[in-house]
Amino acid sequence: MMCMQRYDLFSENNFSAEKNEFLYMHTPSPSVHTSGLRRERAHFHEIFLTLQKHKSAPRMNTSHPATRTTALRAAFPYTVPICAGFLFLGMTYGILMNVSGFSFWYPMIMAMSIFSGSVEFVAVNVLLGAFHPVAAFGLAVMIGARHLFYGLSMLDRFRGLGWKKPVIIFMMCDETFSIEYTAEVPAGVDRGWFMLWVSVLDYVYWVAGAVLGAVCGDFICFSTEGLEFVMTAMFVVIFTEQWLKDRNHVPALVGLLVSAACLLVFGAEQFIIPSMMGILLVLGLLRGRLSNAGQKAGAKGGEG
Amino acid sequence: MKMTFLQQCITIGVMVLGVVLTRFLPFLIFPPGRPTPRFVRYLGAVLPAAVFGMLVVYCLKDVRFFEGTHGLPEALAIALTVVLHVWKRQMLLSIAGGTLFYMLLVQTAF
Repeated sequence: MMCMQRYDLFSENNFSAEKNEFLYMHTPSPSVHTSGLRRERAHFHEIFLTLQKHKSAPRMNTSHPATRTTALRAAFPYTVPICAGFLFLGMTYGILMNVSGFSFWYPMIMAMSIFSGSVEFVAVNVLLGAFHPVAAFGLAVMIGARHLFYGLSMLDRFRGLGWKKPVIIFMMCDETFSIEYTAEVPAGVDRGWFMLWVSVLDYVYWVAGAVLGAVCGDFICFSTEGLEFVMTAMFVVIFTEQWLKDRNHVPALVGLLVSAACLLVFGAEQFIIPSMMGILLVLGLLRGRLSNAGQKAGAKGGEG
Repeated sequence: MKMTFLQQCITIGVMVLGVVLTRFLPFLIFPPGRPTPRFVRYLGAVLPAAVFGMLVVYCLKDVRFFEGTHGLPEALAIALTVVLHVWKRQMLLSIAGGTLFYMLLVQTAF
């Protein structure tokens, strides 16, 4: 939901035939705010591996309780920074729903079923506005569209995980993806359980935050006027982060300008669907230019 | 609240459907071993930045620039959020800082 770190989506083997075409946009870099923790994790894994050697790890059996706890112990450290972020943002979301007049069932059920912070924050606005189910569906798809590309990059990695696969796919979010895509699953730890635990832990943090916020909203004794700005701030930050990492700013500007133009023409209640169609249209028309620019940039500057 | 309970349920339902669709679709339409269409990969590269631009505009859709506060608190808080983020690159810090500053502005200055 938050950590929009960039990754090299197309470096997987399944893309090798046509790779590097759009890489100019993607600077593979570790997450800015988790890189410090990476060292700690590495340290943790060293200790962990030593322990494994000493007790002569049992043969891998995915239904064995030890497999589960081992994977949980390996997965938990990765999720600690996300815990703080999700509890904070989840609580803000819960409080916002509370002060917008919704009982705690709403944020709880929406956190559990939507499980996408950006979609849920937008849903607060959508629920307070007029009834436009088609626009609501379109918004959810557009905001969630990045999951499509997480999915594409995980096609191979999620193979053969059995019943865990649909659960992990359902619980996919920015943060979980960034861990499952980049983390080296330590030797002796079951891959499926490791990824399942990362997903479940992140999921629990978010839902717990939302429920906490929704319940605590009743006991808040300071003015929450202006709290709704948290959504604006969140998207401004994600937009800025994206801007700092992209070499080509045309897509970002297309998004801003096309939607601003549609807002002027169609008004606040109607502009979102024309904006989405306009963005797709303009990006489609610019495809040749943006792809070519990318290839040139790629040839000149290498990959990030 | 403008919506009836049923309309709320439908709205939440279609939004759940929309998001869940984006999560499962790749696994349904791209069975292992088939190359991803070029246009999909192109959209994967350019769409996120554009969508976040659209969402920033969406957040500001109800701001009136020609009356009231002329969008000044929004502009100031966004400026602070961007500066904080370019400076520290800490998402939570930028979001919390910008939001608190905005709350301070609308509750005291404006």
